[in-house]
Amino acid sequence: MSRTGTAIYEINAMETLAERDQWMNHIHPLVKFILTVGYIAVVVSFHKYDLIGLLGMVVYPVAGFLLAELSFGRCLRQLRVVLPLVCMVGLVNPFFDRVPVWIGGLCIRAGVISMLTLMLKGTFAVLASYLLIATTTLEQICYALQLLHVPRIIVTQILLTGRYLTLLLGEVNRMTQAYALRAPSQKGVHYKVWGSLTGQLLLRSIDRANELYESMLLRGYDGDFAYLGAHIRLRGRDLVYMAVWCVLFVLLRRVPVILWVGRIVTGV
Amino acid sequence: MHMADALVTPAVAGTMYVCSAAVAAYSVKKVREENDPKKVSLMGVMGAFVFATQMINFTIPGTGSSGHLCGGMLLSSLLGPYAGFLTMIGVLLIQCLFFADGGLLALGCNVWNMAFYGCFIGTLIWRYVNKKEFSKRRIALASVLGCVLTLQLGAFSVTLETLASGITELPFGVFVATMQPIHLAIGAVEGLITAAVLVFIYEARPELLYGSNAERTAAGKLSFRKTLVVLALAAVVIGGGLSLAASQYPDGLEWSMEQIAGTAELEADGDAYETAAAVQDATAFLPDYAFQSSDTAAGTVVSGIVGCAIVVAVCVGACHAFRFFRRKQTA
Repeated sequence: MSRTGTAIYEINAMETLAERDQWMNHIHPLVKFILTVGYIAVVVSFHKYDLIGLLGMVVYPVAGFLLAELSFGRCLRQLRVVLPLVCMVGLVNPFFDRVPVWIGGLCIRAGVISMLTLMLKGTFAVLASYLLIATTTLEQICYALQLLHVPRIIVTQILLTGRYLTLLLGEVNRMTQAYALRAPSQKGVHYKVWGSLTGQLLLRSIDRANELYESMLLRGYDGDFAYLGAHIRLRGRDLVYMAVWCVLFVLLRRVPVILWVGRIVTGV
Repeated sequence: MHMADALVTPAVAGTMYVCSAAVAAYSVKKVREENDPKKVSLMGVMGAFVFATQMINFTIPGTGSSGHLCGGMLLSSLLGPYAGFLTMIGVLLIQCLFFADGGLLALGCNVWNMAFYGCFIGTLIWRYVNKKEFSKRRIALASVLGCVLTLQLGAFSVTLETLASGITELPFGVFVATMQPIHLAIGAVEGLITAAVLVFIYEARPELLYGSNAERTAAGKLSFRKTLVVLALAAVVIGGGLSLAASQYPDGLEWSMEQIAGTAELEADGDAYETAAAVQDATAFLPDYAFQSSDTAAGTVVSGIVGCAIVVAVCVGACHAFRFFRRKQTA
């Protein structure tokens, strides 16, 4: 599958997941959004050598994925984007941070610990973001942003970008496919048609934007999407869900729970 | 150049959020002042356009590799700096949510590194080069110059933000020497692709280019002085925020040792320790760090791993139980 084809497939798959009639999908989007940002903030706030403390934060994605009945395998594919950059930055740590750390009879460099911590932080952040987008539609996220008083211009623009994304990706897919069929031995688009190929699409997009605006006006658009979040209510269970996770995040951040449990079991 | 969440600390991310939010608030004000109701729909579609065209691989002659379109520069040369900046926020948010390209916490950094420089510095260059009149040569020059410069600034910001977060042990000089040349090449290629598109637009519908008509003298004109003021304010906010972040973590391994062994000043002996101490002395990097005994550290690691496994098992069990009772309830 081409790059654009993969992108369309991934977007559609995420939308299908987010539209399921599932317990986690019915949690208020603002609660999920705040929890996701809060979780990532707590994860990245761990000290670079506090690998064991950080391990405890695995609880949120594990519980979230199980409750939302999501596949870990599908999410791990998303890591292919994040991990190379994180690894590139982290891999140099063992070379520059050479402080020896003894674990049993094994001597490792402190840089190895900070590298592993960094990779784990990157993984947890991606898992949390995936959990959010797999259980919340873009419309719901825009509604959460609206509740957070993000200006309506930004919210509307994000909404429209999301709506037209698959349409334009489909158009790009057809264009590149047609181009590839006419230039079979060529990798990518030849420099002589860089301008015309993309420029044509750009002109069509601008015309489409004008038509879109006119059709929005015909349907009574007055600068506001009033229906956003029309059926979403903040319920008691949403608040309980948020409170439980907030307490757990604070607990896992402040108290070495993982170490205590391990010591009780192993007696070390 | 998208920064992942793992590369920033909350203090750095928060500081960059404040800076980006300030620019976004100002941009919203300016877009509202323009009072062009069509602009929001145009921004939405253009955001999708930038996203979609970044999927096209443009062959770089003679190299066998390919490049992509530079979104910030293209948007600012069509929509202007304010609308372009707001559009880029949407693109970056969707990229981070759907494709894990960037991160929610690092969004403020990414908006600053790519949208701010791309749109505001890019517009300054665009306006300066095309001050007298538009021509193919001027448009191409503005595009290449704009892309190269804005990418260089963005890459430099990535370096500063990562180092301020204390994520990497890479020295400043080495990090900069790695980041800047790579982005110089990328900027040049992206500039050429953007130039090709903008030259096509100039030939087909020149009125679409930013600053092609009365806008040139409009009230929304972006001045060099205003941009400098924004940059100076951002420097103060970023500097203040980052210094707070620096003072928050006085030293790393000592803190870690205190958590594990209860003290930061410990002694150990043995051949391996002496060898390690020799390496440590030779590198002269944090020379007073050591662990009390290998057993303590090993015990901590074992306890940590076992503890983590148990907590995960309890969590999985609780979730399955929750799902079981819920299904029973709904059945």
